Amino acid sequence: MNKDDFPMLNNEVYYFDNSATTLKPKAVIKAIVDYYENYSGNAHRGDYDISLRVDNAYESVREKVRSLINANKTSEIIFTSGATASLNMIVSGFFKHQLKEGDEVLITNAEHASLALPWFVLEKEKGIVVKYIELDKNLELTMDNVMSAVTNKTKVIALAHVTNVMGDVRPIKEITKYVHDRGIHVVVDGSQSVPHMKIDVKDLDIDFLAFSAHKMLGPTGVGVLYGKHELLDKLVPTVVGGGMNTVITSLNEYETKELPWRLEAGTPNIAGVIGFGAAIDYINEIGIENIERHGRELKRYAIEKLSTLNNIDIYNPSTEAPIIAFNVKNVFSQDTAIYLNKHKICVRAGNHCAKLLKESLGINNTCRISFYLYNSKDEIDYLVKVLDNENILEESL
Amino acid sequence: MDNNLKRGIILENYSNPFNKGLIDNPNYKRINMNNESCIDNIDIMMNVDNNTIIDIRFDGEACAISTSATSIIIKILLNKSIDEALYIIEQYENMIDEKDYDETVLGEAVVYNEIYKQPNRKKCALLPVRGIKKMLEEL
Ligand SMILES: Cc1ncc(COP(=O)(O)O)c(C=O)c1O
Repeated sequence: MNKDDFPMLNNEVYYFDNSATTLKPKAVIKAIVDYYENYSGNAHRGDYDISLRVDNAYESVREKVRSLINANKTSEIIFTSGATASLNMIVSGFFKHQLKEGDEVLITNAEHASLALPWFVLEKEKGIVVKYIELDKNLELTMDNVMSAVTNKTKVIALAHVTNVMGDVRPIKEITKYVHDRGIHVVVDGSQSVPHMKIDVKDLDIDFLAFSAHKMLGPTGVGVLYGKHELLDKLVPTVVGGGMNTVITSLNEYETKELPWRLEAGTPNIAGVIGFGAAIDYINEIGIENIERHGRELKRYAIEKLSTLNNIDIYNPSTEAPIIAFNVKNVFSQDTAIYLNKHKICVRAGNHCAKLLKESLGINNTCRISFYLYNSKDEIDYLVKVLDNENILEESL
Repeated sequence: MDNNLKRGIILENYSNPFNKGLIDNPNYKRINMNNESCIDNIDIMMNVDNNTIIDIRFDGEACAISTSATSIIIKILLNKSIDEALYIIEQYENMIDEKDYDETVLGEAVVYNEIYKQPNRKKCALLPVRGIKKMLEEL
């Protein structure tokens, strides 16, 4: 799909690391340059035309995000620096003030460090207890295991919608339905799902959602924190300063603005947010359903072709997201990645920041291929051809 | 040294690494080396007595370059004084960084003399000496 729109693809490169970050189409780059060249000013500040134009451009992206995830109101959309920042705000701005000693938070062994670590900090600070929902033998989350992990002390379930190693899609709707009656909040890390499938926060009844622009054609340094209005309203700003306050009194007190600005202190990443808007437009033009279908088709095709090689172990042949975790038999994952790099193929080797995974899975490391809309079957054929080699270890040196 | 010979030495040390496997002995100093790429994970233990390195052992999971380099470096440093070891390590680091170095003390480790051509492998080759140097400096 639309390879010509991506300047990076003019370099001879086979880019299969889209779970880490995606390439940027010209439209996104152009929107950022346009801001810097033609209406570079601050937001929410000035009374001159340029500043108004900045405000309009910036706030229009909030509406695009709202519509993308079908939130109720734009005030539920907070711009952050990325999914990691969003997840930290959720934990230390909201749950830190809501939870008490002994309260339980459920996560799994397959969560990204950006989701897990903030809870570990709260465990030390507040004495909450982080517990793990067991995964099945394919490292997937089943509803049964969720139900048996919930106790009357459970207050939060925090999960990736799609995991970044296995690419399994979690049953978020069933989970929220089951736990909301029990007064449990659900935090969803949408980093690997929002770029690839239609997410409807109302239908899924998600309490908090975090994701990053750079994994969906947008620039680095921009992310989204979505929260239901009544919850965001109680989120205590973790960063304070200009742009989020109204009056400052002589008693060194201040009042904060309304949502969403209350949670966006300081000059935001204006250029990045505007670029993100262009990315959302680009995705909408293609259609998220088409992107999802393309990803599934590439994954199906790649699994079929890779399975014909007898030197490859594939760990997640049947998950839905366009992510494949594999190893070349008897070759360390990093050596495989370096060998592929010699053939201009970019894949990721390692534990993919889900360090905890090795406690569950026999393997410590995998190579990960992940597709996005500009990848093609031709590229997969090339990858398979390069992997069809008995001397990968030797040739990696 | 020709490239095939170099590859052969690297692969031999990768498949049959020297002194792989840790032992339980309180006289050893220990260090865990996690490469910045967060992939390689090697534990190194070292016993220094009377200013001499009498033993170094390691274990862990790592790429072909890290593993073979650890094996080769251990062989070279055994029975060296601390000062000799630090000198050898310095020469090795210089070689990896494409600076002038004294080849005479490096033995088999010269198999990595062109690793600078693969910048993403440099840190793998440096992994063992970073750990050993840190332990020597903390003595
Ligand atoms: C599942 C998941 N969560 C969180 C993150 C963190 O995203 P970022 O680094 O953009 O904050 C990532 C990205 O690697 C991810 O894959």
